[in-house]
Amino acid sequence: MEIETPHFKENARAALADEQLQRALAGLPGGLVAQRAAARARLPEFDTLRDIGRDLRNETLELLDTYLEIYEKNATAAGAHVHWAQTAEEARAIIVELCRAEGARLVTKGKSMISEEIGLNDALEEAGMEVVETDLGEYILQIRGETPSHIIAPAIHLTQEQVERDFRRVHRDLPEARNLVEPADLVGEARKVLRQKFLAADVGITGANFLIAETGSSVIVTNEGNGDLTQSLARVHIVITSIDKVLATREDLATILRLLARSATGQECTTYATLSTGPRRPGDVDGPEAYHVVLLDNGRAELLGTKFREVLRCIRCGACMNHCPVYSAVGGHSYGWVYPGPIGSVLTPALIGIEKGASLPNASTFCGRCEAVCPMRIPLPKLMRYWREADFEAGQPPLTQRTALAAWAALAKRPRLYHMMTRFAAAGLGAFGHRRGRFGWLPLTGGWTRHRDLAAPQGRTFQQLWTETQRGVAR
Amino acid sequence: MSTARSAILGRIRASLDAKADDATRLHAAQARITAHSRQLIPNRAQGSANDHVAMLRSFLEGQLATVIKVSEPGAVPASLLAYLKDKGARASVRLGGDPRLAAMPWQDANGLEILQGAGSPDDPSGLSFALCAIAETGTLVIAAGADNPVTLAFLPATHIIIVERASIVGSYEEAIDKVRQAFGASGMPRTLNYISGPSRTADIGGKIVIGAHGPRNLCVMIVG
Repeated sequence: MEIETPHFKENARAALADEQLQRALAGLPGGLVAQRAAARARLPEFDTLRDIGRDLRNETLELLDTYLEIYEKNATAAGAHVHWAQTAEEARAIIVELCRAEGARLVTKGKSMISEEIGLNDALEEAGMEVVETDLGEYILQIRGETPSHIIAPAIHLTQEQVERDFRRVHRDLPEARNLVEPADLVGEARKVLRQKFLAADVGITGANFLIAETGSSVIVTNEGNGDLTQSLARVHIVITSIDKVLATREDLATILRLLARSATGQECTTYATLSTGPRRPGDVDGPEAYHVVLLDNGRAELLGTKFREVLRCIRCGACMNHCPVYSAVGGHSYGWVYPGPIGSVLTPALIGIEKGASLPNASTFCGRCEAVCPMRIPLPKLMRYWREADFEAGQPPLTQRTALAAWAALAKRPRLYHMMTRFAAAGLGAFGHRRGRFGWLPLTGGWTRHRDLAAPQGRTFQQLWTETQRGVAR
Repeated sequence: MSTARSAILGRIRASLDAKADDATRLHAAQARITAHSRQLIPNRAQGSANDHVAMLRSFLEGQLATVIKVSEPGAVPASLLAYLKDKGARASVRLGGDPRLAAMPWQDANGLEILQGAGSPDDPSGLSFALCAIAETGTLVIAAGADNPVTLAFLPATHIIIVERASIVGSYEEAIDKVRQAFGASGMPRTLNYISGPSRTADIGGKIVIGAHGPRNLCVMIVG
């Protein structure tokens, strides 16, 4: 997948002016927010489970190498082939080679963000194979030549009318006069088209939400059932996942499953959760003859040793983006790479480099809703702040910005001077803006006042008011 | 051992400041797995057997599944036929080699076609026998394999699941214990399916549509 992240500002501006996109964004995230809140209210233990989930993920990451080795040993004993890939390129090469060895012509795919991260579809197509995405949202994106804009609702940026136009454009062998008025009509049509693909596929590729060390299993969590058809009907099942997905036990999975769907869509659980362990066994009448798991690193092992480690707890529920005012305004494509929203703002710079990803951690109001809803309690604003510091230290922001920040830092480090200056500014601006209570324009504030007024200070600083209040309390 | 493998494990250890053959770390991980301790089990999963049945039913019906109570295994074939007729579906069912299914009096269901083997998209219905069911989220647990082929749960238009009333448990953890009883301490069937409703999607305009890729109808028969 091409990295568009350095163009975040331009992309965001275009997204705000895109009426179709704004219509699609308008209703949806609000629904998910309300549904999560309702699910949380139905389960009084929810927030305690978040603490437990955070702790168990921390414990697993602390022994990650050991759990991966145990996972590998148990998976291999069940008949799995486990492959290790340091980079996207290595992962692509392993999967293309496995498909080639199988003489694969048609490859079906369940939804996988890691496959987006490594650009798998292009690699398989270049090798002469037909690749079909089977998650309905991903299928729609594939026929449009687009990438996902949300990690669990990939086509959230599209309206029903757009999908109808695409289906009419692509499914040319179906009668033109057919009825596609209801979402159910469109789903039914995709079901018919994709069933032929499931049945004809040579290789089925899925991601894994989790791996379980105890049993050597991979886990997928879906609502449509496409992942199960993908992995059950092809001769070969390939799982592409990353090294941070390993859990210790099935009990740990139980805790995580209690958090995942509720955080994502507000469901009690997803329609399907499937634990796969090895290939078809003697006597089985279905299931894949071979089962491969590709474990991708792509920078995660190194990330583990940095102050960004906590981001590796992520279970990819999407709650942070559903609750993000920036994501809700500009949509997922503006972020320019695989992972949008607050989690993308922390993960993307780690995976593609801060020099390309700096605009993302800067595109936050630090309102803190992402951290407040994260089931793994990842301190996303704090981690974004770390990236801003790294960005500043790398000398990347423009000279004016760096100078202003340096000047402010110099002032902030001298409390007496700082208080004097702020008292002076608050008093001056307060007196000056007293009549209207706000400013339509001020020097150096164009970025703000171009779109809205700036409230005038009341005349005294916060510290002054604080001191007075404290005295009042004492009295 | 591949170079990628040792490089990745090496990088993880460097990041964690750990050594490759550190016995304490290995023991810590193995101890956690051997103990497989339960964490917090929600209160809602700790009611009586009757509570569990009611909760299972209520969650499943909330997901637009059909729940039918059947008095005893011998009454399953006739109930199944009646359900298919009521749905307007062809009187045909495909099932695997589960001995509990084989022992049912299928001759009682006059006119019901019985198919064996892997599922096919033309099948009106597929039948599975659940290992157990989980009340806390309304979830059926199927240990798929020769007895209950996995494709029966996904290809036919209607999926029918039989679950014994006595095997309905409150929590995920109790279900995992049943898997351990059936497959050994760290054993697993090839596919363990948690199923909580008919297949669904919200990928078009955010509206929920039932019957995405998997079955359009899910019928759960609680026996006993």
